[in-house]
Amino acid sequence: MTVLPYLIVIELLLVGLYGIATSRNTIHLVSCLFVAQSSTYLLLLSVGYLRGGTAPITDEIPANARMVDPVVQALTLTDIVVGATVSALLLAFALQRHKLTGTLDPRKEPPQRG
Amino acid sequence: MSLAPFPVITALFMAALLAALEQLSSRRRLLDVLSLATAMAVAIFDWQLLDASLAGTIVYWFGDWKPMGGFPVGIAFVIDPASAGLALLSALLTLAALLFSWHHFHAVRTYYHTLMLLFLASLQGFALTGDLFNMFVFFELMGVAAYALTGYKIEESGPLEGALNFAVMNSVAGLMVLLGIALLYALTGGLNLAWAGAALSGKPAGTAVSAAFILLAVGFLTKGAVLPFHFWLPDAHSVAPTPASVLFSGIMVQLGLYAVARIYWVVFSTTLDPDLLRQMLLGFGVATALVGGVMACLQRHLKRLLAYSTVSHSGMMLAGMALLDRRALQGTLLYIAGHGLVKGALFIGTGVLVYHHRSVDEKELHGRCRHLRVTGVLFCVAGLALSGLPPFGTWTGKGIIKETASDLGYQFLPPLLSLCSALTAGAVLRAAGGIFFGLGHSDPFSSSAPATGEEGSETGHSRGPTPRIMLVPLGLLLVASLGVGMLPQVQQVADQAAGRFIDRAAYQALVLQGTPLPLPRPAPQARPGVTVSFVTTAAALVVAALFLGPGPLRGRGRESVKVLLRGPVRLLRRVHSGYIGDYVTWFICGTGIMMALAQFWF
Repeated sequence: MTVLPYLIVIELLLVGLYGIATSRNTIHLVSCLFVAQSSTYLLLLSVGYLRGGTAPITDEIPANARMVDPVVQALTLTDIVVGATVSALLLAFALQRHKLTGTLDPRKEPPQRG
Repeated sequence: MSLAPFPVITALFMAALLAALEQLSSRRRLLDVLSLATAMAVAIFDWQLLDASLAGTIVYWFGDWKPMGGFPVGIAFVIDPASAGLALLSALLTLAALLFSWHHFHAVRTYYHTLMLLFLASLQGFALTGDLFNMFVFFELMGVAAYALTGYKIEESGPLEGALNFAVMNSVAGLMVLLGIALLYALTGGLNLAWAGAALSGKPAGTAVSAAFILLAVGFLTKGAVLPFHFWLPDAHSVAPTPASVLFSGIMVQLGLYAVARIYWVVFSTTLDPDLLRQMLLGFGVATALVGGVMACLQRHLKRLLAYSTVSHSGMMLAGMALLDRRALQGTLLYIAGHGLVKGALFIGTGVLVYHHRSVDEKELHGRCRHLRVTGVLFCVAGLALSGLPPFGTWTGKGIIKETASDLGYQFLPPLLSLCSALTAGAVLRAAGGIFFGLGHSDPFSSSAPATGEEGSETGHSRGPTPRIMLVPLGLLLVASLGVGMLPQVQQVADQAAGRFIDRAAYQALVLQGTPLPLPRPAPQARPGVTVSFVTTAAALVVAALFLGPGPLRGRGRESVKVLLRGPVRLLRRVHSGYIGDYVTWFICGTGIMMALAQFWF
């Protein structure tokens, strides 16, 4: 086991969150959200990784072969689907907002305060 | 055949069917009737499940993949009275919201009914599931349906702004949940809650365990609108279509808290130190309740006012849950039911105002709704019920929480809860007094930015009397809340639910081995005292009167009070800036604080 993937998970998460916090463009903001989201893929995959393991396709490998954890791969796939849905919806909102107000800057239009 | 999967399956199937029916030309009433029938069917299923679960918790394995040698390979729904009760509450609120939307929309547009049923399905699944990843999927489904509902009025900037803030904050929350799930999976090798709990028990609490708990808690507390993760809620709830707001405030937020409680008791309760967790959650809960209460008083946008009141009450529920005690949990469950029904009624009352005047602005509506007598009276009753007036459900719930808090030595908690109830109910009553009875000045002591025309396209303008079908759900919700408070059976069910909820050994044995352990014995029940509740209601009236009538907030006295309060009020307003970047910054700070506390303490 190596710590490198876990460090990268933390880095991706922090970079993504920093991007969201400081973003001045909604499209950029959604991309940052996706960067942060990718940290979860990496964490899930590294949790289930086995050095020297093969892909978890059980009918093509010998019965005693070591394989990586298939559960986390299924989770990652689900997560990607969820992430794509949310991003698509967010981008649609962003486009619509641009159409209405002519800006993509989340700080341009003063929203309700307080 | 087990009924367990039917609430979710029915709602999902009907959502897909309605999406197909959208193609028909004269579809409006057909969609209304079908979605109402679906919500009714789901409510009946939930009722049956609740009834069956009282005799013993139901475990349903999808595809009949039962645990092999104690290891759960399949995905399970675990239905105990708490989860079935919350599912029933969400079905009833959906029913009320759909009844209300019969006349609410001038011309209902694409996919409203589909989204509502999808939302209902996710609420059901989230409440009933016993699997961590399943919970995450329903969490995200709930999120996506809710974002789309929030941005329903797509050609206005307010709803878009609200939907964006809501979606970004809750996606970040979803990230945290997923990171927590990955960590927990790494620690325990399973996604079933009972399995994770069994694998963790006896192990020392290390950094990874507490980090996993905090990540999960932060994610679900964002849904639960707990300070400093609550900023999205007022933005979203105030601009969503009114029937959707009923569900958001009535049950969605509370399910976030439910998830934290469930995960704590089933997975982490033997590993983490309860005393420290209690203090941490109590602190966050009390802070949320106070900030929400004060912010509610500062609003003139009626739905935003109600949204902040939800924040405040969510904080109170968290405080009740944080006592980590069976009786307090019983009170919290009762309070969730009582509050959800009352808050739904208040949102529907606001919706009636929108129906007549296309406005939710307290100042604009001032004195203009005197002709809406029935609505006015019901709205005021709901406002009083929000303060915990006996015998509404809010009274029993909060009364039990308060009495338990005193018994456990948290003497500061009851007065604080009373204060926050008085603040939120006072704000509601002030608005009601001005709008329905023309009381007071048209300019409340403090007013936020005017509520701009977000309500424009939602409904048509109407001069006639209020349609009966709008008042029916309003009345029914209040009656239901009365029922929660008055019927001793409800209290017994909540007691059984709480007893089962904290019985982690029985949960594990039932899910992993399939062996039912004896049910917890019913605790002796006593009605909470009424005096304190009447005092709280009186305090709410005083708060309303301070805003409305001649008093220290009028004339010369008013100026000095204003000067005194200006600083803190301005600070609070500036913190709730409405910018997503600020919200995420607060989110990061909150997560950091929780992480640090957990590392030092656990």
